[in-house]
Amino acid sequence: MREWGRSLAQTMHAPEWVGQVTLMVIGAVAVFLIMALAALAFVWLERKVAGRIQSRYGPNRAGKFGILQTLADAVKLLLKEDIIPAAADKSLFILAPYIVFVATFAAFVVIPWSSKLYVSDLDVGLLYIAAMGSFVVVGILMAGWASNNKWSLLGAMRGAAQIVSYEIPVALAILTVVVLAGTLNLRMIQEGQSGWFWKWYVFQSPFTFIAFFLYFVGSIAEANRTPFDLPEAEQELTAGFHTEYSGMRWAFFFLAEYGNLLLVSLVAAVLFLGGWNVGIPGVPIPGALVLVAKAVVLVLLQMWLRWTLPRLRVDQVMAVCWKYLMPLAFGTLIGAGAWKMLFPGTA
Amino acid sequence: MSEVRTEEMVLNMGPQHPSTHGVFRVELVTDGEIVTETRPHIGYLHRCFEKHAEHLQYTGIIPFTDRLDYLSGMNQNFGFVLAVEKLLGSEIPERAEYIRVIMAELNRIASHLMMIGHMGTDAGAITPVLYGFRDREYILDLFEEVSGARLLYNYYRVGGVIADLTPGFVEKTRKYLDYLERVLNEFDQLLSENKIFRGRTVGVGVLPPKVAVDYAVTGPNLRACGVNWDLRRDEPYSIYPRFKFDVVVGREGPGVVGDSWNRYWVRVQEIRESAKIVRQALDGLPEGDFIKAPKSIRPPKGSEVYHRTETPRGELGYYVISDGTPTPVRVKVRSPGFVHISAIPAFCTNMMVADLVMAMGTLDFVMGEVDR
Amino acid sequence: MEPKEIHERLSAKFGGKILQSVLEAVDPYVVIETSAIADVCGYLKEDPELACDTLMCLSGVDTKEKLQIVYHIYSMSRRHRVVLKVETTREGEPSVPTVSHVWGTANFHEREAYDMFGFRFEGHPDLRRILCPDDWEGYPLRKDYKYPDFYRDIDNRQVDTRDV
Repeated sequence: MREWGRSLAQTMHAPEWVGQVTLMVIGAVAVFLIMALAALAFVWLERKVAGRIQSRYGPNRAGKFGILQTLADAVKLLLKEDIIPAAADKSLFILAPYIVFVATFAAFVVIPWSSKLYVSDLDVGLLYIAAMGSFVVVGILMAGWASNNKWSLLGAMRGAAQIVSYEIPVALAILTVVVLAGTLNLRMIQEGQSGWFWKWYVFQSPFTFIAFFLYFVGSIAEANRTPFDLPEAEQELTAGFHTEYSGMRWAFFFLAEYGNLLLVSLVAAVLFLGGWNVGIPGVPIPGALVLVAKAVVLVLLQMWLRWTLPRLRVDQVMAVCWKYLMPLAFGTLIGAGAWKMLFPGTA
Repeated sequence: MSEVRTEEMVLNMGPQHPSTHGVFRVELVTDGEIVTETRPHIGYLHRCFEKHAEHLQYTGIIPFTDRLDYLSGMNQNFGFVLAVEKLLGSEIPERAEYIRVIMAELNRIASHLMMIGHMGTDAGAITPVLYGFRDREYILDLFEEVSGARLLYNYYRVGGVIADLTPGFVEKTRKYLDYLERVLNEFDQLLSENKIFRGRTVGVGVLPPKVAVDYAVTGPNLRACGVNWDLRRDEPYSIYPRFKFDVVVGREGPGVVGDSWNRYWVRVQEIRESAKIVRQALDGLPEGDFIKAPKSIRPPKGSEVYHRTETPRGELGYYVISDGTPTPVRVKVRSPGFVHISAIPAFCTNMMVADLVMAMGTLDFVMGEVDR
Repeated sequence: MEPKEIHERLSAKFGGKILQSVLEAVDPYVVIETSAIADVCGYLKEDPELACDTLMCLSGVDTKEKLQIVYHIYSMSRRHRVVLKVETTREGEPSVPTVSHVWGTANFHEREAYDMFGFRFEGHPDLRRILCPDDWEGYPLRKDYKYPDFYRDIDNRQVDTRDV
């Protein structure tokens, strides 16, 4: 990237920093567009999927198959009155959605779309993603607290407790892969899975297979989706931490949620499902397409779960995390390490 | 380290809250997520039914009864006309009796379908409610055929019903009942056998039978507490004694007697029982008049009656006093929901907010009948 | 147990407190002296042979001459019903002993009777308006109730009140 910046500056006959900054802006805009477009597409997809599951049509008025529905909704949200409750902590209230959004947005930066197409090739990419995931908590707590609404506060508390708890099994599941790959760099991890699909980490050992499910369950919880959508549990807390938000501010939460949906699916695909690798050597499909296709399958799976399952209770969510997922995750990590020592050839 | 100061938080659940099913407010005293005290407040949907009734003639009151519990309008009609008929001592044609029972039981199915669906929503599963709507739709179509209305039927009259069954009604209903059996299994898969759903309902909001009787809780909620009591069997009205059906009672199984799970399960089973009754009534449906209207509806001066019927929500009582004129002196409605809400403080304590939602949701009240 | 027998038992137990026993009606009823109602209800519930465990309904009634409270009581174990009535004057807020300690369900019913007719139930734990707003004036189900012209600056005058 630095090299690109330098060459870009040279072609523009400008100082080096201009090239670097231009490139950064391009990268940021690209990531933002990806995220925004993905959110638009997923909102539409979710509504269609929900419609089919619930034996109804879903959106079908705006455009063919209602494909413009989300766009229309976005316009509506933009035009909506921006309400800030009188008793709210104004500065925090305004800041919160951006933090949630930025945390998700920032995590996208390290996703390598293919062996050559990436914005930042961070050596500690995985650590960075985990850190950004936790950063969301700050925004959620801020939103709940600043709204000065008791329901929001309850939602924020739930959200904080839940996300912080589920960090641990998720991190351990990630570590299982790191043990095998020996790197935190997302690009290197994918390269480690090239070749036939049994080289994918999910099939590398029974422990990684379990780790994949641990990661998937944990990431659903971190993304606050049913059956773990407690922070916004509609029937209990009206809308949880974003009860008081409207218009564009609310849309930022929404955008972040769907961005997050894609993010966790991408990470799962990268870590466990071979990332950009097709799985059959010699099949010429662009890497980015393969990665996105895998992610979309996972996204669909999450949607399916959401429209089928009821929600857990707070204590049950915590019990699932601390009583079942955590010991399992530790076991998986140890098992994967032992596996690597015993069968060094496999991974 | 200085002690952290904690205090209880008073939360207002409602009047506009997704899980209060209408405009209903509960004041919650919470300690973190645990509700230590509940104080229900009602009256947001008060529409002066009883005052209106004192200005209207008996037949004119019937459409108002629909609006009491808008999910089971037929049953509300039924109770009122029965009370008036009891005052008049009038006779009802056989066919009308059968039609009445068919409608009342179909409406019970429709109402329970809604309740089951909303149970799912309360638990966070949004799909079952749409299945409930979908399957209720066929019943509404049938009602629309006979009464012209889909929600507020105004179908029962003193002395019978306002219109005969339409051609093909019997066959359509039979077909629907066959279909219903299949979809009920779908509900079982989605909710009844779902581990999360059971985790959310089993042992939640246990209403002890003693408290239930003390608070005069009735209907499915009472039966879920293990009390074998059904007005259709124990204080029979209309032609219910002619039909064979089981009274479903809450049991130890996946759930504990009196918990949310049993309140849910009793309703699922009651749909099956109602379907049985409808089938028998369709088989026995005689030919003849569908109404034998009395010349004038003027119950004797000073006569009064308290008549209760089993609606999908429990015991609906009409206390009607006549002074010999075509308008009643007093019509008091004893609605099941009103009574059930009064029981909430008695058993909804020391539970999580999420459990409270389930416990209240399974009581299945409709604010229309609570506030009247 | 037949209504006649129940009425006789009540007469034997409470004597002069039983003002009237009407058997020739759709629902036979007993008129009780107002001050004795709580005792009578307590007896009905506690007596093992009467065992009236539920209060089906508690209604206020305005007969134009006086106000009444009607108690529809049922025994689920013995399967008989008892109807009790008490009568009060129409002036002010007549005082009636509460039965909310006998049956939990009476709590809300009495609040409703207070709201609609203005009975002051002595000993009721939480006697507030229940269906009408707390600042409502008058008792709507009384026959001489005058519809308010205004409520919190909401103009109600155009509503046809149709005198009864």
